[in-house]
Amino acid sequence: MPNEANAKRMSMIVTKGTLDWAYPPFILATTAAAMGLDVTMFFTFYGLTLLKKKLDLHVSTLGNPAMEMPMFGMHIGMPNIVSAMPGVDAAATAMMKNLIKKKGVASIEELRAMAIEADVKMIACQMTMDLFEYTRDDMIEGPVLGGAATYIETASKSEINLFI
Amino acid sequence: MADQVLDVKGLNCPLPILRAKKALKDMPTGATLEVLATDPGAVKDFEAFCRTTGNELVESKVEGRVYRFVIKHAA
Repeated sequence: MPNEANAKRMSMIVTKGTLDWAYPPFILATTAAAMGLDVTMFFTFYGLTLLKKKLDLHVSTLGNPAMEMPMFGMHIGMPNIVSAMPGVDAAATAMMKNLIKKKGVASIEELRAMAIEADVKMIACQMTMDLFEYTRDDMIEGPVLGGAATYIETASKSEINLFI
Repeated sequence: MADQVLDVKGLNCPLPILRAKKALKDMPTGATLEVLATDPGAVKDFEAFCRTTGNELVESKVEGRVYRFVIKHAA
């Protein structure tokens, strides 16, 4: 059970805010919490946008040569010159969301709600809030504001520390 | 017969584990939960989940395309 004094701890730094990269932190946080670990997530830079009230996540094929979509019975990647064209990222995002639904993969909204329900602690990086001019009102309720020292204190007491 | 049945067929990682955990939380100690899944990754995941949480994996088998797990709530 989380929050028990003898529970193992896991912390992670969440730095990316695209639809694809939002998955690893939320999957690991919810699963670790379900397995009895005490979990803390520190959201910084582009990862901070994952705490916004309304999520509008996208993927980009730009600079992502390993991203291949299953299409027409094969796997198709996207050369950068095509990725830069208007509408390509929107199409890739729509395709990804379609696959997510079809394959029974949870949405990020769903995983985030489950993480909150499981008492996963969330820290929003104060410096990133200032840097990108976000207010507390842009973010969901629950996360506390903190900085590097707040994270390090948690990390120094955790068995697992991840940077994603 | 298990005390409760959880159908997570069609759901992918980590949902089978998360739904099972949620169901177990409301069950008394010693009660059994039967989980039906189609995610092949659930086989190793339920083993790891049970080892870590102290719940007992009483049964794990494949019936056609469905994976069937019986978990005894210990923790």
